[in-house]
Amino acid sequence: MRLRRLNAIAVKEVLQIWRDPRSLMIALLLPFTQMFLFGYGVNLDLKHLPICTFDREGSQASQDLFKHFQASLYFAIAHNVKTYPEMVAAIDRGDCRAGIVVPPDFSERLNDAGTASVQAILDGTDDNTANIAFAYAAAVVSGYSNDIQLSWLDRQGRTLQQVTPLVVQSRVWFNEDLVSRNFIIPGLVAVIMAMVGAQLTSLTIAREWERGTMELLVSTPVTSSEVMFGKLIPYLILGWLDAAFCLTIAVLWFAVPFRGTLFALFLTTTLFLAVVLSMGYLFSVLIRSQVGASQIALVATLLPAMLLSGYIFPIDQMPPFIQDLTYLIYARYYVTIIKAIFLKGIGIGQLMMPILFLVIYALAVVGLAARAFRKRLT
Amino acid sequence: MFARLVPIMIKEFLEISRDKAARFLLVVPPILQMLIFGYAASFEVYHVSTAVLDLDHSQESRELVARFTSSNRFDIVKVAASQREINKIIDASGAAVALVIHAGFAELLRKGQAAPLQVIVDGTNSNTALIALGYVNTIASGFAQDYVTDLMQRVQGAQGMRQVRVTLEQRPWFNPDLNGRWFFVPGVIGTLTLVLIVNLTAFAIVREREVGTLEQIMVSPVRPAEFILGKTVPFFLVGLGEVALVVTVGLVWFRIPFVGNPFVLLLGTTLFLLCTLAIGLLISTVCSTQQQAFSTNFLILSPFFILSGFAYPIASMPQVLQWFTYINPLRYYLVVIRGTLLKGVGVSVLWPDFAAMAILALVLLTLSILRFRKTLE
Repeated sequence: MRLRRLNAIAVKEVLQIWRDPRSLMIALLLPFTQMFLFGYGVNLDLKHLPICTFDREGSQASQDLFKHFQASLYFAIAHNVKTYPEMVAAIDRGDCRAGIVVPPDFSERLNDAGTASVQAILDGTDDNTANIAFAYAAAVVSGYSNDIQLSWLDRQGRTLQQVTPLVVQSRVWFNEDLVSRNFIIPGLVAVIMAMVGAQLTSLTIAREWERGTMELLVSTPVTSSEVMFGKLIPYLILGWLDAAFCLTIAVLWFAVPFRGTLFALFLTTTLFLAVVLSMGYLFSVLIRSQVGASQIALVATLLPAMLLSGYIFPIDQMPPFIQDLTYLIYARYYVTIIKAIFLKGIGIGQLMMPILFLVIYALAVVGLAARAFRKRLT
Repeated sequence: MFARLVPIMIKEFLEISRDKAARFLLVVPPILQMLIFGYAASFEVYHVSTAVLDLDHSQESRELVARFTSSNRFDIVKVAASQREINKIIDASGAAVALVIHAGFAELLRKGQAAPLQVIVDGTNSNTALIALGYVNTIASGFAQDYVTDLMQRVQGAQGMRQVRVTLEQRPWFNPDLNGRWFFVPGVIGTLTLVLIVNLTAFAIVREREVGTLEQIMVSPVRPAEFILGKTVPFFLVGLGEVALVVTVGLVWFRIPFVGNPFVLLLGTTLFLLCTLAIGLLISTVCSTQQQAFSTNFLILSPFFILSGFAYPIASMPQVLQWFTYINPLRYYLVVIRGTLLKGVGVSVLWPDFAAMAILALVLLTLSILRFRKTLE
């Protein structure tokens, strides 16, 4: 490999990128728009979930209970329904995601037996919202339960001991306030890089074939590896720009905590870009049309990066054979790394495994691309 | 008009059926995506990897840990010997939850004082962490309540003090097991259809423009309206077939229920397809090459996809983005498809969504036809 020829190819590629402002704009604009779209649109934190109350008793006790719901940040009482069909209609329409039903014998049971139950009707179509809503509602009800226990004991003139013999002291690490944005945004950077990176390079070789300039390139003394690296280097720089762009937005705009070192981030990002870019290069060598190459690149990178990388859906909750499949998704390793660097502040030492996988991946893809290119020429 | 319309439609069908890649793209990726989505996309939380540090070694502490072991929500993967070990495990993602019971736990319980159970949660995935914490609390309060009941019976007998307790019962409608697949699979049906039909329509027209066959058609006696209809009707039929295919996969493979009326779904699908055809047509008017069409499609479709309520609740979005969802046909179609499959509701409930899609279809179609004519001139 000669530096002079490598340089010539790189300069040619830069000129080509520069003269195609539409592609350049997409390369720079896409990360920007996607960052804001996902950063604001993807939010799993529930607040002010619309619920309806169905008070079949209308007693002091039931009204007290609803006051606890009203005070909760997580619920907003949208309707006070009087009849069962009214509640059915509200949930059918989706106006309310849950209904709290107090039975007609609520305070009677509470007085006689000491225990009473309240029903939470949940709209199960969105199981995640239903699950979280139930957990919050259960917390509200147990708060209420404690309150009436306390006041009951008070009236009896007893001590407060034994009310709650077990206290759960929970401490959340790495994402102390459980803000979904904090884990979605670092992962999102990985998804965007996977998407844009492969898109960028998938066009580069296919374009030469389509325009017939490949034959010209082959007739010059450049070697295939000079073509590959010469073409990849400008995109690597563009990739760095994109990454810097996304990471700045993540930290400055979305205020995601950054606890790791810039060095670790730079090193792993470069490694990931190498995999992504050479992947796009491979596609474009194998498929000689620009449309075909970019389409395959998108389908092959976007969906797996979004679904199977652990960026939002936890991998350990997937069925075993899908979990095995995720080892093939290179975005998986970078998502693990970038989340760890951002939230956990872990150094390179503890990230050896995913880094090793990325290195192996990069070598394999670069090797494959080089081979496929040589084959194409003969 | 009809005499000229039919040949265009036949030509379009022939083109699809002769294109090996197109035939492949119409059948295999949707099924594959359906399977991957169906299996991978889930917010359910089971078998959370859990580390335990029991420094009390009492009957009570073991009983508490046993409750976690016996639930299918937590899997005890590591038993640690020190707090430092616990910290290391969580740092290295060896476990997502750690339970720490300090020495003196049982003593506090027996004395009737509040005994702490320390829980450390890896909050990296806040959603999983939140749900897991909910389960920790449920198990802990179950333990507490049983312990108190037990104690009162033993110590104070019948005349002692009384537990006053209010419990909350869970009654999930439409999806009794709160199965995540029932939520995602209908969403996938909608998103797949959107992406597929917009791509097909936009590409078919841009290809003719790029190859130059559009001019040939325009010098023939075919009128623009006939050309548009001839192009869109086949894709409409392909779209219906596609919906039927993915719905069938959902019903047969993932056992999604279909409690509603198929005709209501058909009506909703028709309106939705009209919207997607119009979007494809509109994109084709601003692009001159397939490459442009591809990137434009991508730019336009991703907001439709994210801001539809497909996976992320609309209610949690900022107000501005919530406004945008009102012009997103996918938003309405997802309500219709979940409503008919899972809830079994009919037109009386879904009419606002039908109306919205009808208005959108009308506006988009008018716009795209006007623009399309202009590009022909």
